[in-house]
Amino acid sequence: MTAAAPAKLSDLGNFTARVVGIGALVLFLLVAEILIQTGAISRFIVPPPSEIIGSFYRIITQEHVFSRFLLTAGECLTAGVMITVFGVAGGVLMHRFKLLQQACETWVAAMASAPVVLMYPLFMVIFGRNVWTIIMMGFVAALPPVILKTIEGIAGTRKVLVNVGRSFNLSPTQQFWKILFPAALPTIFVGVRLGLIFALINIVGVEFLINYGGLGQLIEDLAERYDLAGTYAAICFVILVSVLFFMALEKAERWLRPVD
Amino acid sequence: MAETGRLTRAAAGPAISPVTLLRAAIILGALAVWELLSHSGWLYRDVVPSLLSILRALIALLTSPSYYFNLGVTAAEIATALAIGGLSGVAAGILLGANRFLSKAFESYIYYLGPTPKIIFFPVMIMWFGVGPESKVALGSLSCFFPVALSVAAGMRGIDKVLIRVGESFRAGPWQMVVKIYLPAMRHPIINGIRLGLGVALIGTLLAETKLSNKGIGFLIINAYSTFDMPRMYAMLIVLFVLAIGANALVGRLGGLDSIKRV
Repeated sequence: MTAAAPAKLSDLGNFTARVVGIGALVLFLLVAEILIQTGAISRFIVPPPSEIIGSFYRIITQEHVFSRFLLTAGECLTAGVMITVFGVAGGVLMHRFKLLQQACETWVAAMASAPVVLMYPLFMVIFGRNVWTIIMMGFVAALPPVILKTIEGIAGTRKVLVNVGRSFNLSPTQQFWKILFPAALPTIFVGVRLGLIFALINIVGVEFLINYGGLGQLIEDLAERYDLAGTYAAICFVILVSVLFFMALEKAERWLRPVD
Repeated sequence: MAETGRLTRAAAGPAISPVTLLRAAIILGALAVWELLSHSGWLYRDVVPSLLSILRALIALLTSPSYYFNLGVTAAEIATALAIGGLSGVAAGILLGANRFLSKAFESYIYYLGPTPKIIFFPVMIMWFGVGPESKVALGSLSCFFPVALSVAAGMRGIDKVLIRVGESFRAGPWQMVVKIYLPAMRHPIINGIRLGLGVALIGTLLAETKLSNKGIGFLIINAYSTFDMPRMYAMLIVLFVLAIGANALVGRLGGLDSIKRV
């Protein structure tokens, strides 16, 4: 959490630190460039950074990066909608029926720590080598955090709010929609954010592994053509896209979460 | 005394709790539906093989020496990855946690690179380390480094200031501070980080094996896919999940229970 990072540094200190951070990156690239240009590192293993930066333009114009990005984003969005619907429904159901929660919550938690993505060959058999394998992989891998956070959110509703509902004599349905659900919403969104991150990681990973689809497949494609600079550039591009995605999610979460 | 004894016995209720009963019902129900599906012919028979054939494949798997050889290869790769990624993660975490300037300068890189899909670095790892186990170890280490570093850095900042002052007042050197103060005080975040690291190292290593390798569990899984031996694939996934969840629980238990209670 960058938010947890030092608040004590002065503004000047903060600025210097940021400059040092960026400077170190630039210095690293510069040193790599020199080492590769002088032949200390073989350019057939690591292409010089200048070449990588140069091939950014090439992969963007020639490799249909935009449509690939849209495809991956669409897969993430579909998986995101599915985890939200099924995850929240599952969480609510488990909160409603305590017995079910007691029986299954540890299973869901265990699934969250299991290497679910390794089931991708199985999913390829079931769904075929198409977009649905990728989406379902993202869905299954990202479902547990949404369920767990939904339960946590509803169970964590403040007693006062629950009592307000009771004193208004709300029916269980009203109690849920007017009190519990709104109170749980920020926590549920934390779950959805985690889920979306898991979904993105798994979707790009599976795209790469099965050599199908959007951004993940681009990397595999370039690597198989032994287009080194292109491969490195594509990896940087995918990393950049995912980082921007996390930043956007973080912003959205801060915007949704009331100051408490 | 006799009274209370009888009371507690009475309060213990039926021998099987409703939770256990429900669990058993869910498991049995799922197995029954599975078996029904496999015999109904609604889905391809090979996608949903009968439980008996999965059981047979499971037994065949667990009794074959070659499986244990491959398991050993993968376990060694994961252990090496955990050692390399974990140690460098702890070192980086201590540096970032101890120094506000370094943390401000570099921690956001680690924070944002952490949750990116590491498997896409695999072509680069093959280029650097070859197609053998080394590239799998490299990918596992890379995956493992980030959660450990972040967890340790956060744990470092959470250390009770009193402990640090005690160390300083004893004039402990930097190394002594790390060994005597920081590491013992951070046992919980470190174990937690290693648990997260173990999970991602396992995924990284095995995914790399499914992509390109000639030994290891990942290779066996993708091999079962290529030869369309579904019962074998199910059997391997079951064993793998049991092992992975067990390892995770074990690491959690090692560091979790007693250290939380420190006051």
